Amino acid sequence: MPGRKKRTGPSAAKRNLPLHLMLLPGILIVFVYNYLPMGGLVMAFQQYKPTRGLLGSAWVGLQNFRLLLSFPNTKQVVLNTLIIATSKLVLGLIVPVVFALLLDEIRSRRFVRSVQTIVYLPYFLSWVILGGIFFNILSPSTGIINRILEMVGLPTQYFLGDNQHFRWVLVLTDIWKTFGYGSIIYLAALTSIDSTLYEAAAIDGANRFRQVLVVTLPGISSIVFVMAVLSLGNILNAGFDQVLNMYSPQVYQTGDILDTFIYRIGLQQAQYSLSTAVGFFRSVISFLMISISYFLAYRYGNYRIF
Amino acid sequence: MPRASGSYRVFNIANHIAVGALALLCLLPLMNILAISFSDRTATSAGFVSFWPVNPTLAAYEYVLEDKGFLRALSISVFRVIMGGTINLVLTLLCAYPLSRESHSFRARTLYVWFFLFSSLFSGGLIPTYMVVRSTGLINSLFALVIPCAVPIFHIILLMNYFRSVPREIEEAARIDGAGHWKMLVSVLTPISKASIATVTLFSLVNHWNSWFDGMIYANDVNMHPLATFLHNKVVQSGLDILINTSDMETLNRLMKVSDQTTKAAQIFLAMIPILCVYPFLQKYFAKGIIIGSVKG
Repeated sequence: MPGRKKRTGPSAAKRNLPLHLMLLPGILIVFVYNYLPMGGLVMAFQQYKPTRGLLGSAWVGLQNFRLLLSFPNTKQVVLNTLIIATSKLVLGLIVPVVFALLLDEIRSRRFVRSVQTIVYLPYFLSWVILGGIFFNILSPSTGIINRILEMVGLPTQYFLGDNQHFRWVLVLTDIWKTFGYGSIIYLAALTSIDSTLYEAAAIDGANRFRQVLVVTLPGISSIVFVMAVLSLGNILNAGFDQVLNMYSPQVYQTGDILDTFIYRIGLQQAQYSLSTAVGFFRSVISFLMISISYFLAYRYGNYRIF
Repeated sequence: MPRASGSYRVFNIANHIAVGALALLCLLPLMNILAISFSDRTATSAGFVSFWPVNPTLAAYEYVLEDKGFLRALSISVFRVIMGGTINLVLTLLCAYPLSRESHSFRARTLYVWFFLFSSLFSGGLIPTYMVVRSTGLINSLFALVIPCAVPIFHIILLMNYFRSVPREIEEAARIDGAGHWKMLVSVLTPISKASIATVTLFSLVNHWNSWFDGMIYANDVNMHPLATFLHNKVVQSGLDILINTSDMETLNRLMKVSDQTTKAAQIFLAMIPILCVYPFLQKYFAKGIIIGSVKG
């Protein structure tokens, strides 16, 4: 063939053709179900009418956002989201680290393995199942927690229906579900600490507590930093699955979060444009936070996604 | 091993107790629901059930296993897990392999990686996604449960990283033997990546079993709901609702006998069983899997 570079094998394009073909189905599905909806975000700036479609609906600029800001509960929803998400981030970092440190001190392999088997399990159960379980446990009339409170002479509480308790219930049950699984990464980091460092510290006269301070903690600090930074991406993620399975109108005041708000005004009240405006806000902020957290983890924590 | 000091010995005992108590704390709620599901209705509604069945009975299970709605939801879940798991697996392999090639020989790789990564970072949100699913004709179709979530980005990245960690010599040897890309994926990389593939497959099976929200919004007909969605409806729906909507006397009587609470408990526990069954396999792989895939270096 004239003009073609002399090569022993087929051209790069031809050689790579199977690679493009392999990716094609995945690319198509991601394009349709992930990228096309991004275009639908323009609804946030429209007075969307299903009968007129995305192209025929009137443009209203920022009117939807202004309207949302005038709602008294919008601010509350953002606040709830931030409070619940931040509490989960902080406790979700501390509890697994502490648990991993404690578990690492135990020498009996059988004990450690049994404990691991039990504490990893809740992570794999859905909030539908766990919601049902906690409804039972926390029930004011028949729940075991309230029976215990009664026995020791304390007043019973309606944990899932009381604005005073609801956020705590969300945060604590979420930590209950995830702390075991969250500790895996720290346990792996702990086992990879060079054992000669402990021996050296022992020779220098450091007791077990001192060794934790000078060897163990520095040994896992970089992974703790990476996990802390990465968790920033979840700042607006208060746990949709959990809240939708555990909340009720009585606790909207403290338990309604951005995602449940989007769901209710969007799919239950069919206010497509308003709901998408909230979703737009959530997507943009989340994207920024995730990008920043990845960048920080990459720059300062030597973290690579690929 | 350093010599244990006196205070360390005290700590050690306290530590065993604390860690053991935490493990127990994870187990007790599950035992509570199991006990309720096997207990007599009157004991349950009086709040006497803790972690052991009171006046054991199978009434709740008998009721649930005859419930057509429950069984239909179960069969939809089984369909979704098998179909969705297969689709996820095939697409994960098909995407992970090209993305694991070197950028200098496969120039488009970087672009493709960003294409997938960005789709997991930014989202159109609930309503626009719903509208796309609707306009592709998937509302009230079982395919709505398996197609929109067909490409698990996180699994692809995990497997891609694993493929990239395979020693170069293995691929070189296969290439000299004349293996093309398809052969390389199917007969060389797949067999040596069994553990990673098992990890992502188990994760996607669990995800499909647990997913309930898509079932709820993409199907208007409750007869199309998978088990997780069916349970969600039961959990939020009050017992009163059922009584109001039940017209035939026989069902009503049975409902009176089996309290709503024990029925729900039985349904919840039955829905947990498949997870408990795959859990030993899951545990064998996931610790290794998530660490290779998520954080390197």
